Amino acid sequence: MRTDLRRQILWIAAFGTAYAVATAFAQNSYYQLIMTVVPVWGVMGLAWNLLSGYSGFVSFGHAAFFGLGAYFVALAQIKWGLSPWLGIPGAGVIGALAGLLVGVPTFRLRGHYFALAMLAYPLALLYVFEWLGYQELTLPMERTNPIAYMQFEDHRIYAWLALALMVGAMVLTSLVERSRFGMSLVAIKQDEAAAEAAGIRTLTWKLRAITLSGAMAGIAGGFYAVVLLVVTPPAVFGMLVSAQALIVTMFGGVGTLWGPVIGSVVLVPLSEFLHARLGNIIPGIQGVVYGIAIVVVTLLAPEGIFWKSKDVLRRRATLGMPKPADAAKSAVVTELPVRRNEHAAVMLEAHNVSKAFGGLKAVQDVSIQVFKGEILGIIGPNGAGKTTFFNLLNGFISPDQGRVVLEGQDIAGKKPYEICDAGVGRTFQVVRPFRRMTVLENVIVGAYVHTPSDRAARETAEDALARVGLNDVAQTLAGSLSNKQLRLLEIARALAGKPKVLLLDETLAGLGSSEVEEVITLVRKLAAQGMTIVIIEHTMQAMVRLVDRFIVLNGGAVLAQGQPADVTRDPAVIDAYLGKRWRVANA
Amino acid sequence: MNGPQLVENFLQALTAGLLTGAIYGLMCVGLSVIFGVMRVINFAQGDFMMLGMYVAYYAFGLLVANTVFGPTTAPYIAAVLAGPIIFIAGILVHKFLVSRVTGMRGSALESEGHYAQLILTLGIALILQNGGLFVFGSAPVSIATPLSSNAWAVGPLYRDVIEVFVNQGQTVAAVIAVIAVAGFVLLMNRSRLGKSLRAAADNPEAAIYMGIDVERAHRLAFGFGVAMTAIGGGLLASGGPFQPYVGLEYVIVMYAGVVLGGLGSVSGAFFGGLTIGLVQQLSTLFLPNQLQNTAIFVGFLIIILLRPQGLFGRAMRRT
Repeated sequence: MRTDLRRQILWIAAFGTAYAVATAFAQNSYYQLIMTVVPVWGVMGLAWNLLSGYSGFVSFGHAAFFGLGAYFVALAQIKWGLSPWLGIPGAGVIGALAGLLVGVPTFRLRGHYFALAMLAYPLALLYVFEWLGYQELTLPMERTNPIAYMQFEDHRIYAWLALALMVGAMVLTSLVERSRFGMSLVAIKQDEAAAEAAGIRTLTWKLRAITLSGAMAGIAGGFYAVVLLVVTPPAVFGMLVSAQALIVTMFGGVGTLWGPVIGSVVLVPLSEFLHARLGNIIPGIQGVVYGIAIVVVTLLAPEGIFWKSKDVLRRRATLGMPKPADAAKSAVVTELPVRRNEHAAVMLEAHNVSKAFGGLKAVQDVSIQVFKGEILGIIGPNGAGKTTFFNLLNGFISPDQGRVVLEGQDIAGKKPYEICDAGVGRTFQVVRPFRRMTVLENVIVGAYVHTPSDRAARETAEDALARVGLNDVAQTLAGSLSNKQLRLLEIARALAGKPKVLLLDETLAGLGSSEVEEVITLVRKLAAQGMTIVIIEHTMQAMVRLVDRFIVLNGGAVLAQGQPADVTRDPAVIDAYLGKRWRVANA
Repeated sequence: MNGPQLVENFLQALTAGLLTGAIYGLMCVGLSVIFGVMRVINFAQGDFMMLGMYVAYYAFGLLVANTVFGPTTAPYIAAVLAGPIIFIAGILVHKFLVSRVTGMRGSALESEGHYAQLILTLGIALILQNGGLFVFGSAPVSIATPLSSNAWAVGPLYRDVIEVFVNQGQTVAAVIAVIAVAGFVLLMNRSRLGKSLRAAADNPEAAIYMGIDVERAHRLAFGFGVAMTAIGGGLLASGGPFQPYVGLEYVIVMYAGVVLGGLGSVSGAFFGGLTIGLVQQLSTLFLPNQLQNTAIFVGFLIIILLRPQGLFGRAMRRT
């Protein structure tokens, strides 16, 4: 990871040098302006990308931060004589504050709602600034000491300053991308619930992202004011500002450092060129051509130029390479489950837990005890409330009443990441890997909760992968794994959080019979190492050989509990769940 | 300001709000069909509205020049004509552009498809706006109708002071908008077509298994959606001057109305639009004119943050 970062920084340095040299040759003030505006929109795209590209929370409102930054720099110089050298960092602070203020209420929303709510902020501000009488602010010329006020005769200096800002933003993005900050955001983007269950403090990371992103956008806006010297509400708060940030990033590639850079280097000069060459001849033609360019790229490379070219290169590179072999050999289960001490300490306890959705009583008054080191099976027909019960245990939903106690500590109503931190790991009925991350990265995300350093997280993750036998596919993308491997991946991700209790939700579903045996062996090995396990399952046959004790749920309530042999002979259980065929077959 | 004067101002703003709100409602219904059925944020919706305005403008010119209709009825006939014309435009845009990144093909792209939809509709919006600029010119135009400068006086309602003026042009436009919405709601609820649209909205995959052509349902939803909004635009065209960039102002108004009414609810969207019209007009009573739109956006933010399911929508359990 370190060497990877060093290489990335070298690329950034090479790009920065090339751009700086190219700028030196720009003699005409028109080209100098373009060379200045490209990095400004690059920074804006990087700001947008940091929040929306990595976390997936699409913002249509970055103009709010940009505009506040621009107005801060302009007003500070006009009213207090503050130099932009101080004003621009101030614009960053304003942008960060605005980001935080916007984030706190708006992150209650998701998906389209978040995007639309973000749209409203800059537009509301636009009219407020018009009403305040700031329809047009002009930055005063400083004749006595222009350099102290960021005013230069040689306009190339603006381009170099803008470039410095963009290089700074790029380095910042690289650092974020490779740390737990970036990894957490990407995990949130791919599956927010799974990230939270893996111990990621999703709201905290999202707020950090929008604060940093707001700061970058504020700085871009502040610098833009200095370059253009005139600030008007539509120019800095308008839809087109937010749209430009989106367009350059999506054009180049979302969720990658180079996306916004490619987008702004290609599109900004293109639109300026069209504007200058065609705008006078046929008004509007430049916008049409620009729009067509965007539409065509979207249709040909919907994921952006960066990802498209990367995919093409990768496909070429992997042609003819053998597929990674499935390393885990199937083991035959011969030994019977070891009977564990019934009087072990209680690890996890639910007291009279109930949850209703409207009129549907999904879980009613359920009380269970899970003993340290045992494998407890929860069975029941569809709709019995098994998964809802798990969701209550790991904090996805909080119970209407009742308590959930982990080693004497009440955890009911806590957030999933807090419960994960307290020691409850879980997997999902429908597997929820972070599909665009590698197997190892998936598990690293799960390891963050108990590891202070990123290096330790990686080691913990590698260890967890070894425990489930997936180390051979560590660098494979999770999206290309088989069902069994995905199930094992989820177990590894949960194990990486060093849980005290592991909740497995239908881990055996959809597996072939030899695969079932493999997973059973693994689960029993984990239990033998001292892990406490609660497993939901449909396949009774396998469960009888796996668990120490059963709890049968029906209609949201506990129907029976006890040893496998007793439970499977209980007439009530047979009627509710196993059916007559079971009775006939096992009579 | 004395009491009766206040009441008169209030009633005047209320009337204006209801009349513009009805047209906003119609526009919101159009957007709601697209958003509800396809789950796509269409940034170009405002620009289809703008196209509707220009279609109405030119149709009005043709109708009057050929003395098919007089200047009193022609604006409304022209506005309604914008519907089928923009419907065809919408179908074509969906078939050749939007469908490439939405629906089943969009979901194959996973989360990246979501981005592709946004940037595609932004690109279409840019093309329409700027294309409009060089086809229609940048000078504002409007449809002149005698009705819009005439008003019915209602009152005096209280002794001889409270008198409310109801603009005739706006009233006719609002009535047409309500009729169009009612017709569309009937179509959605009663017809086979409406049912297939709703099924495709509810669960596209299940709808496919039931033999519904979801691609076609989306295409029709897009066509109907832009057509309804275009009629709304055509009706607004006789109310004041407009230019090719007019769409931008209305995109957020439409989304505010749709979210207010609850995502996917067609009749909810109408009442959402109506509410936006009322908020806009009533806010003029105590806010400076420039802050009218700020009032809409702030109201929109408050509602989306407190009741994301919409004022008129039912709370849904998220899974």
